[in-house]
Amino acid sequence: MAEIITKATRVSFGEALCEKAAENPDIIVLDADLAAATNTSIFAKAYPDRFFNCGIAEGNMIGVAAGLAAAGKIPVAASFAMFATGRAFEQIRNSVAYPRLNVKIAGSHAGISTGEDGATHQCLEDIGIMRTIPDMVVLNPADHWEMKAATKAALEYDGPVYIRLGRLAVDSFNDPETYTFEWGKGITLEEGNDITVVATGLCVLESLKAVRELKAEGRSVRLINIHTIKPIDREIILKAARETGRIITVEEHNVIGGLADAVCEVTSAECPVPVRRIGVYDQFGYSGPAKELLDIFGLTAPNIKKVIEEELAKK
Amino acid sequence: MLKGEDMMTQSEIRELQILASKARIGAIIGTFNAKSGHPGGSLSAADMFTYLYYKEMNVDPTRPDWEDRDRFVLSKGHCCPSLYAILALKGYFGWEELSVLRHVGAMLQGHPDMKRTPGVDMSSGSLGQGISAACGMALAAKLDRKDWRVYTMLGDGECEEGEVWEAAMFASHKGLDNLTVIVDVNGLQIDGTTAEVGGVEPLDTKFESFGFDVAVIDGHDFNAIEDAMAQAKASSKPFAIIMKTVKGKGVSFMENQVGWHGKAPNAEQYEIAMAELEAQLKELEA
Repeated sequence: MAEIITKATRVSFGEALCEKAAENPDIIVLDADLAAATNTSIFAKAYPDRFFNCGIAEGNMIGVAAGLAAAGKIPVAASFAMFATGRAFEQIRNSVAYPRLNVKIAGSHAGISTGEDGATHQCLEDIGIMRTIPDMVVLNPADHWEMKAATKAALEYDGPVYIRLGRLAVDSFNDPETYTFEWGKGITLEEGNDITVVATGLCVLESLKAVRELKAEGRSVRLINIHTIKPIDREIILKAARETGRIITVEEHNVIGGLADAVCEVTSAECPVPVRRIGVYDQFGYSGPAKELLDIFGLTAPNIKKVIEEELAKK
Repeated sequence: MLKGEDMMTQSEIRELQILASKARIGAIIGTFNAKSGHPGGSLSAADMFTYLYYKEMNVDPTRPDWEDRDRFVLSKGHCCPSLYAILALKGYFGWEELSVLRHVGAMLQGHPDMKRTPGVDMSSGSLGQGISAACGMALAAKLDRKDWRVYTMLGDGECEEGEVWEAAMFASHKGLDNLTVIVDVNGLQIDGTTAEVGGVEPLDTKFESFGFDVAVIDGHDFNAIEDAMAQAKASSKPFAIIMKTVKGKGVSFMENQVGWHGKAPNAEQYEIAMAELEAQLKELEA
């Protein structure tokens, strides 16, 4: 087993930016007065001449990023997911994606696990918002190693990318010796034939715990990690639908617009199977410690396990 | 102030007036054939577009992607018909493209599209966004220690957008003295005068308070434009040219009329407008 690294993916992101910036002088980082939180502060410290704090003005920050990209730079614009994709949606849509400019947008503190700040800061819509924009790539890495690899891959890709970062420190489960990040490809973490769990982001580890417990009890459950929500890996989803006949999606996002919809869009057209959705059911969050909220909203291993058992019982 | 030999000669000014007159004709051809579009602001901005592309900017129509060129971002993207006419006159593409402006498959979109149209440096049209992109370009030039400059044009109504002031704050805070912001103050927007609708004035003191050097000029006076551009290049701050213009300039029934913001001329109006503009052109060429 690889060593477990307990780290928020936003920190892994900041580290990866620095590593990549050493190779490529065109990488420029922008933030909107949240550098300490998004961890672009790591980059700012290492490369002060290539970091620009835009102040609390997300719309302008995205526009500046577009202009930098139009002049050949590789800008990374970071804020909380809420403000990056919510406040600046239209700048992303019209100034970045429409001209297909090479801008990377990082949304930190995504999901309910933003915790105590409450509903105004807990973004449960970012994946849906970004997914509806043509040409936008949507990444939601699950652990330290995946975030580092995904960030580097995003910086090597020529085009707009949204990458979702988490606030909460989480255990790594990937092994850096064997892990490879393949653009647009899901990863089968556990093989199984009776049902498939498709999870993304911080919900992957919780799903892994649930699936392993069930395996220990003799159940055959497949687990797929979807780090690239758009473009989604159609093949891995259709194969799972055909071979296991039933799917459960798990995400820290509104069940409208995110992974659940992305999976259903694939299955409904080509291999309709029942899809049970674990996520936030079209409601706002509220203040509380992140871990408690994740439990309350059913996004941790005990509820995921219970739902898998319920769905298995239907077969 | 520019003096004596530095100033343009009368014949140079006449040449620009002829080009601007042709740009106005192009805007009317474009909007008439499109049966839609924005003639009013296209006509008010035409002289500045002419000056930018024929006197001010270091550009090469044979190399629209030349990395050391000066850049122009039309933040008030809807006024592209006369910009397209200037780009066609410069040789970025053929004049005949204007007659299929806004048609299916056309190179010339309803609002500027940098991926489709050679010479367009930034896609724009959603108001408030172009100035931010211009700031990003100006920052890129600074990062690379290049001396190319960035120009952007906004509408006065557009300055009601909060993003304009986010960008203005950014430009001065980051020391973007290579940025020139031009505001086309024609005083009219879709729903009425700017005074009635949003209360955007005074624009000169607003830009000054955001850290800009400012010149207030007549946007149809090439000498005044030339002088303001010289001041902009000499300034150690980002520069704002607040240019007073006549919306619909050159077409009698469109001048200062709110209704001609976003409406194409019908066949009869087209004939009158073309006759007026062609008469002006003929007089200039005489």
